Amino acid sequence: MQDAIGKVVGGAVINKGKVTLELPQLVENGNTVSMTVKVDSPMTQDSYVKAIHVFTEKNPQPNVVSFHLGPRSGRATVATRIRLADSQTVTAIAQMSDGTFWSQNVDVVVTLAACLEVI
Amino acid sequence: MARAIIRMPAQAKRGEIIEIRTLASHPMETGFRRTERGATIPRDIITHFVCTYNGTEIFSAELYPAIAANPFITFPTVATESGTIEFRWSGDNGYAVTESLKITVV
Repeated sequence: MQDAIGKVVGGAVINKGKVTLELPQLVENGNTVSMTVKVDSPMTQDSYVKAIHVFTEKNPQPNVVSFHLGPRSGRATVATRIRLADSQTVTAIAQMSDGTFWSQNVDVVVTLAACLEVI
Repeated sequence: MARAIIRMPAQAKRGEIIEIRTLASHPMETGFRRTERGATIPRDIITHFVCTYNGTEIFSAELYPAIAANPFITFPTVATESGTIEFRWSGDNGYAVTESLKITVV
């Protein structure tokens, strides 16, 4: 996960805060997990969220999704459904227009993991 | 098989933030699963999603295998002018779907 994050942020410092990552604490089925990411930003021409990246610790591949936003988004709130292979930490990182990075980690417990079933 | 569902208001006030919900019909095969015989099932996912508003890109996403089947993406945008909002999904094995919807801004 650190390598994948490093590719996105480069050497920049990642601050805690501004990002709200909403995931259920207890996930019954890891194949579809609703996820909402909100970032505290005025979303104006001068100050907006450029991108939101989501990473997982224990999925086979650390990247989950990258969203690219802009001042025309109006509000920095995006939602999707993800897969989780195990109980783990999920990290959301927001890239602001001024070049700073903000993040939040959420720990989730997964009872039925994705990616394991044999078909 | 190539189908997508989009939900958004057909009419909005100028400057209003509208929410667009999109759902593409796609299995999002991860490439990590195996058959009973141990053979890997090749990856088949949607990798990119782009939304343009009258030709200007307003939102895009890069998807990875960790996105659940039938990718559902919700995002906001400011209703600036009447026109067409176009949605484009592309992915492995030449997958490409384009949908467009009209919006009236009053």
